[in-house]
Amino acid sequence: MPYISVRNLTKRFGPLKAVDDISFEVRDGEYLCVLGSTGSGKTTLLRLISGIIQPTEGGIFFGGMDVSGVPAEERDAVYVPQTYALFPHLTVLENVAYGPLSKEVPRSEAGESALRVLRMVRLDARADAYPNELSGGMQQRVALARGLASGSNTLLLDEPLGALDIRLRVELRTELRRLAKESGLTVIHVTHDQEEAMTIGDRILVLRHGKLQQHSTPFHVYNRPGNIFVANFVGNSNFLEGIVENREVIGSVIRLRENLRVKVADVSFEPEEPVVVAVREEKLSISPRARGGKENRFSGEVEAIHFLGEWTRYTVRLTNGDQVAARVPTGSPVKAVAVGDWVSVSFSPVHTHVYESPTIGLQRELEVY
Amino acid sequence: MPEVRVEGAAKAYGAVRALQDVSLTVNAGEYLCIVGPSGCGKTTLIKTIAGIVKPDAGEVYIEEEAATALPIEERGVGYVFQEIALFPHMNSYDNVSYGLMVKGATPRERESPVEEMLYMMGLEGYATLYPRELSGGARQKTAISRTLVSGSTLLLLDEPLGALDLKVRTSLRYELRKLVKDLNLTAIHVTHDQEEALSISDRIVVMKAGRIVEVGPPQEMYLNPRELFTAKFLGEANFFTGTVKTCTDHVEVAVNGSTLMAEDREETPLRGGERCVLAIRPEFVELVNDSVGGNTWECTVTSASFVGDHFRYELRASNGEVILSKAAVRGDAAGFAAGDKVFAALPEERLLTFRYPEEGLEKALNLE
Repeated sequence: MPYISVRNLTKRFGPLKAVDDISFEVRDGEYLCVLGSTGSGKTTLLRLISGIIQPTEGGIFFGGMDVSGVPAEERDAVYVPQTYALFPHLTVLENVAYGPLSKEVPRSEAGESALRVLRMVRLDARADAYPNELSGGMQQRVALARGLASGSNTLLLDEPLGALDIRLRVELRTELRRLAKESGLTVIHVTHDQEEAMTIGDRILVLRHGKLQQHSTPFHVYNRPGNIFVANFVGNSNFLEGIVENREVIGSVIRLRENLRVKVADVSFEPEEPVVVAVREEKLSISPRARGGKENRFSGEVEAIHFLGEWTRYTVRLTNGDQVAARVPTGSPVKAVAVGDWVSVSFSPVHTHVYESPTIGLQRELEVY
Repeated sequence: MPEVRVEGAAKAYGAVRALQDVSLTVNAGEYLCIVGPSGCGKTTLIKTIAGIVKPDAGEVYIEEEAATALPIEERGVGYVFQEIALFPHMNSYDNVSYGLMVKGATPRERESPVEEMLYMMGLEGYATLYPRELSGGARQKTAISRTLVSGSTLLLLDEPLGALDLKVRTSLRYELRKLVKDLNLTAIHVTHDQEEALSISDRIVVMKAGRIVEVGPPQEMYLNPRELFTAKFLGEANFFTGTVKTCTDHVEVAVNGSTLMAEDREETPLRGGERCVLAIRPEFVELVNDSVGGNTWECTVTSASFVGDHFRYELRASNGEVILSKAAVRGDAAGFAAGDKVFAALPEERLLTFRYPEEGLEKALNLE
C-alpha cells in the first residue's frame, strides 16, 4: 500500500516551475532517493511533502489522507533540512533527545534511544559536547540523529550526508539505510550524489528542471535509462550520433559519421531516423591490437589514460572522429597500451540504448541540467 | 628547479594547530594535488603558499626566492577559489580583461592576450555573455582565464571545481590538467575529491591534522601506500589486525584464528611476532563459490547493493571479521543476495602489510 502519494504536484515561484506536474508513490517502509542536480527542484519537492511550503497545484496524501490543509508540525513526517538548526545551549545528547522528551517519552528511554542513534552517526563520544564545539559535518550528523530519534515513522532528509567528507559519507550511508530498515521507517532522501542514491535507495526518482525523468529501482535506472539525460546523469556513458540504416528482427544497424556501423538491440526506430546510441564506459572492451570490421569492433587511437583508483579510463578517438571512453577495472588492466597506440574497441549490441536525437542537439542536451 | 618550496611551516589558530612543521617541494611544471579530511590543514597550506596566510614559523620560497614576507600580489601567483568571483556587470571578455587592466595594460594591449586566453579555454563564443548567462563550468573557466591572462606561471587552485555539479566537475578537471600542461604551468590544487586528485595529478599530498602524511604519484599512493592513513583516505579499504607468525619473503599473519599469506613489502618490513595491520581494497576481494587455494574466508553476505558498474557487498566471515567487497558487473550475471554463503578470496599480492600503529588502529584511521 502506498504510504505517501503525490499527485500532479506543481510549485511555481514567479515564472519558474520549481516542481512541474509530478506524480509518484512511496510505499510503507520504502527508502526513496530523489536524485537531481542543483536547481532540479528536489529540495522544493521535499519541502512540499513536509508541509513547510504549499503547492500551487496538486495534492499530497499520507496513508490515503489528503494533507493539503495540515500544517507541517501535524504531519507524521520529520523534515531534516540541509542547514541544521541545533539548540546552541543544549548538549548533543539533549538536542537529540529533545523531540521525544517534548512528546513526554520517559527521560531514561529518550536518553537511551538518543545514544543509540548517536552511536550510529559515530558521535556517542561527543554526547556531552555543545554544538559550537563540533565541526560542520558533526553538526549535520547531530541534526540527522535528531530526526532519527524523533519517533516519527517518516523521515524527509535533504542531503543528510552532504557536508561530510567522502570517506565518512560512504560509511554512514549504509548505516543510515540499515537503521531505517531496522526501524521500519519510510524515508525520502534527497541527494545529488548518484552513487549514494544507487546504494541506499529501494527506488530512485530522477528530477530535472522540476520534471520527473524516471522513477524506478537502481537496477532499472542504470540498465534501462529512460532518456539521454538519465543515461548521462547516472553513471558514465558514451553517446554516438547516427542515423538508422535498417531495422532487422532482433536489432537495428545505426550508421555513424563516416559510415561506421553500429549494431544495436533496439528495434523501435524507423530507417533514416536520426538517433543517439548510448553505451556505458565500462561496457567497452579494449584490446591492444587494432582490429576493425567485426560487429561493433572499431579501431582508434588512445588519446589519454587516466587512473581513477578502482578504474582506469582510456579515451580513444575512433577513425570517424568520434571520441569514446572505456573504463577497465584497475585490477585487470589492458596490457601494454599507451597514449598514441592504436587499439580496438568493442561492445555488445545488448549493452546499447538508442534514443531519439534531441531537438536542441546532443551537446546541448548533455550540458544542460 | 623547484617552483615552490615550503620549509617547516607552522600555523596555529588558537589551540588548533592547522600546520605543524610542513615541508614540501613542488617541481616546475608539476600538477600537485593536496587532499585530506576537513580540518587537515590543506587550505591553510595553499593559502600560506599564496601569501594569504602568514605562517607562525617556516619559510616559503617561490622560484628559489624567499617569499614568506611578500604579499600575494607580489608573489606572481594566480589564485582561484571555489566561490566564483566574477563581476556580474561585466561580460566574459571584460572580466578576463580586468586581470590585465589592474596591471596597467591599455585596452589595445589587452586585446590579443584576452582573445587568446578565451580561445585557449574554449570560451571564444562566450565573450559577450554575462556571468548569469553562463553555466557554472563556463563561469569557473572565465575566472581561471582572468587569473591566467596576467601571465602567472604558478596556479594555486583551492577547490576550483567544488561548487560544480558532478558531470561538469569531471569534464572540467581533465581540461584543467591539459591547460596546465599545454601552457607549461605549475599547479597546486586542493581538493576534497579523491578521484579528482587521482585522475589529474602528477603527485598527491595526503594531509592529516596539520601534517603531511605521505607524498607520491597517484598509482603508487593508491596501490602501494606506505602509510595506513593513505590507504584509508584514498579509496576504500578493509583493515584486519593480526600477528606476524613467520616472515621470510612472504609474511604469514594470524588474523582472528585464520592465517593469511601476504607479500613482505619493502616499504613496511615486518618482524616475526609483532602485531600488524593488513589492508585490502574492496575491489580486489574476489567472491568465489569454493575455498580453492589459500587466503579464502567463508562468509555470509550481510548486505548487497547494485551500484551500476559494480555490486557492493558487506560480508561477515566465519572468523568474525567484516569485509567490504566491490565486484565489477560482468556481462548480465546476477549478483549475490543478503544471506548467501560465499568465499572471499584475499589475493596475496593485493594484501598491503603495515606495522601496527603506535597510537592504535582506530586513531590512526580516524578522519576527524
